Amino acid sequence: MHAEYVLEMKNISKTFPGVRALNNVQLKVKKGTVHALMGENGAGKSTLMKILIGMYRPDGGTIKFKGKEVKFKSTHDALQAGISMIHQELSPVPYMTIAENIFLGRESLYKKTFWVNDREMERKTEELLKQLEISLNPKMKMKELSTAYTQMVEIAKAISYNSELIIMDEPTSAITEREVEHLFKIIEWLKKKGVSIIYISHKMDEIFKIADEITVFRDGSYVDTCSVKNITKEKLIEMMVGREITQLFPKEEAEIGKVLLEIKNFTRAGKFYDINLKVRKGEILGLAGLMGSGRSEIMESLFGVVKADKGEIYIKGKQVHINSPADAIKHKLAFLTEDRKISGLFLPLSVKDNMYISSINNYIEKLFINSKKVNKDCEEEVKLLNIKTPGLDQIVNNLSGGNQQKVLIARWLLTDPDILILDEPTRGIDVGAKAEIHRLMSKLAKQGKAIIMISSELPEILGMSDRIVVMHEGKITGELTRKEATQEKIMSYATGAAS
Amino acid sequence: MNNLANKTSIKNNKHEINKKDKIKILFRRHGMALVLLAMVVLMTVLSPAFLTTRNLMNVVRQISVIAIIGFGVTMVIITTGIDLSSGSVLALAGVIATSFAHPNQYPLIVSIIVGLLVGAIAGSINGAFTAFGEIPAFIPTLGMMIAARGFALIFSDGRPITNLSESFEFIGGGYFLGVPFPIYVMLLTAVISHILLKHTKFGRYIYAIGGNAQAAVVSGINVRKYLVLVYTYAGLLSGLAGIVLASRLSAGQPTAGVSYELDAIASAVIGGTSLSGGVGTIPGTIIGALIMGVLNNGLDLLQVSAYWQQVLKGAIIVGAVLLDKKKNR
Ligand SMILES: Nc1ncnc2c1ncn2[C@@H]1O[C@H](COP(=O)(O)OP(=O)(O)OP(=O)(O)O)[C@@H](O)[C@H]1O
Ligand SMILES: [Mg+2]
Repeated sequence: MHAEYVLEMKNISKTFPGVRALNNVQLKVKKGTVHALMGENGAGKSTLMKILIGMYRPDGGTIKFKGKEVKFKSTHDALQAGISMIHQELSPVPYMTIAENIFLGRESLYKKTFWVNDREMERKTEELLKQLEISLNPKMKMKELSTAYTQMVEIAKAISYNSELIIMDEPTSAITEREVEHLFKIIEWLKKKGVSIIYISHKMDEIFKIADEITVFRDGSYVDTCSVKNITKEKLIEMMVGREITQLFPKEEAEIGKVLLEIKNFTRAGKFYDINLKVRKGEILGLAGLMGSGRSEIMESLFGVVKADKGEIYIKGKQVHINSPADAIKHKLAFLTEDRKISGLFLPLSVKDNMYISSINNYIEKLFINSKKVNKDCEEEVKLLNIKTPGLDQIVNNLSGGNQQKVLIARWLLTDPDILILDEPTRGIDVGAKAEIHRLMSKLAKQGKAIIMISSELPEILGMSDRIVVMHEGKITGELTRKEATQEKIMSYATGAAS
Repeated sequence: MNNLANKTSIKNNKHEINKKDKIKILFRRHGMALVLLAMVVLMTVLSPAFLTTRNLMNVVRQISVIAIIGFGVTMVIITTGIDLSSGSVLALAGVIATSFAHPNQYPLIVSIIVGLLVGAIAGSINGAFTAFGEIPAFIPTLGMMIAARGFALIFSDGRPITNLSESFEFIGGGYFLGVPFPIYVMLLTAVISHILLKHTKFGRYIYAIGGNAQAAVVSGINVRKYLVLVYTYAGLLSGLAGIVLASRLSAGQPTAGVSYELDAIASAVIGGTSLSGGVGTIPGTIIGALIMGVLNNGLDLLQVSAYWQQVLKGAIIVGAVLLDKKKNR
């Protein structure tokens, strides 16, 4: 009867202690289509996918795959049946090779022995990567790869199972436009082979480019399913957040004052060379460039995480020496890092602990922590940033990806910084919350703070920056004012074509 | 408008914590306490000698030394480290402290300070190698375990140091208000450790380092400094345990405390401390130590042969932790 549907999930519910993640939702995916799953942070998208592949047991509901009812007990079962997933949070085994990672759990063996056949695995991997036009050597260790390439390998891995349904949970949150295009080419190719795809992303442009149908969730409930042809961006946003969002980039004019921070002749061999940057009071400076252009590395060195070989830092005109992040915090710098799992979150700790760890000195009274004050301030941040959590004591690992990002933003706001370095501040954040964070950035600038924002999303750079500095292979190749800047100009500097 | 909508949704979420959840959460938080309770009930039924004040006090006194070490070990494990040297450091601190504790020699406080100092120095060496040498704690603490035992034997010439002052012997053997004195020492250490861990910056940083060392660096934490401090504190407590034990044995034994580090680690882990870091509490470790204590005592009372006791103990430790993991799914 429903032969056209490869997947039908009905009446699915799931409750975690204190959180109702899914409430009677449904999802129907047609064969050979790209089906987008949309919704705000914490809407339950990842949870539904984890139920589908057997990682979580649903409280109720039915799942039909290829017309037959299924109940997967583990991801292994799901893979066997033909469903693979690219997870929102990457999980490579860093000290193993690309080939070993791709064939993890199903290693090729020499005939009738227990002996792992590395050569066979490497050959197959090489074939796969070639087919997908990813130029990497299968013998490379995962830890040598950039985040973008790690993501590409995860994509290749999901495809290597020859699944009929591939779930992609925010596959583009860690890669730049170039890789996104590459991924879309792969998706088109998969579609032609009859593979169906469930695609989760907060990036509107992508959805309208690649998806055939869209299902929207809100607060754990099903809202609607419709064809991409029959919907506008505005309508879709309204379905997701339940209200209209009038302004996507609420940039307000702030009074731009004296230079707050200046770096001179900053150099770290192999990463960046002779960097001179200035940022003023009330200014948002956008740093644009491709993956690996050295933007994050400069900020790491500025913040004292990894020392630069050479260069000076001036704050309010005075030279300072920053040898560790503790020094940087003392000079009222804040650094929201690009990878929240690796260098941001304390996953086993509570929301509260994650928030006040960097401003802990403000809460110490006679050696002890004043919990009341901590609670009060953290509650305020939760409200200010609209963080969805059942309480301050929730383990941060249990929050949805976007809400984890907001917890990190709260951490730095609590340090009351003068200069904020925001590396991909809205990665994995939904449209509504994104606008809120942008509004917050405007507000902070108006209060006289200086902001350096790194972003791989050109609309965000164009929409929020007063001034844009573009980098290419470790060097600054161009600088544009808000008025001059266009997508094309930035790209030509970023690819090195203009210099 | 938007704010309002959000507030109500947060409220709704809170209301959804129903009875079933509550029981789940209760069990999740206090699973090991329930295991302990079950063991106590079982023993009360099986042996009339178990539930007497004297016997219970005996159990607690017996675990006090392990528990004191265990508090430091708990902190070390929360940072994703390990301390294998506790037993040997205990012995070294014991022999050195006792050599300052002969009758009419020095005031009591001198031997105590010497014992604590020996422990703290050994611990700080462990910490320095782990933090600055950037080698896994297993290696420096294994080295310390072997070397400290050697020093204890050298210092004492392989013989127990006896003839101790009465006041020194009171620490491990005396009674106060009818309760063995070591129990007070243990409780005091527990309270201090708990406060350190839960209510001070030091404690927050320990959890943060174990939760994600790289994020700790970026958050402005001087990870190396705090690692050295944690191991120093663990060493200090081993020194304290050494004093208590030597006092109770009325001798500084260079061979005392063999494999105590393993009992301490077991207590911490049974009590819910995660070997992968970031998770653990002092009350948990007390419960872990009590479970081990009741187990030892119970098997004695039931007159299980010493050999079988070992087998059962091993099995029960693994079983208890397994049970604890299961309920988290
Ligand atoms: N293991 C868990 N324990 C407790 N709560 C959880 C757990 N996993 C998810 N949740 C909660 O369930 C809700 C749905 O989370 P989910 O990760 O599915 O959101 P999402 O739609 O994928 O959001 P995002 O876009 O931010 O990734 C959230 O409120 C989250 O806090
Ligand atoms: Mg998600």
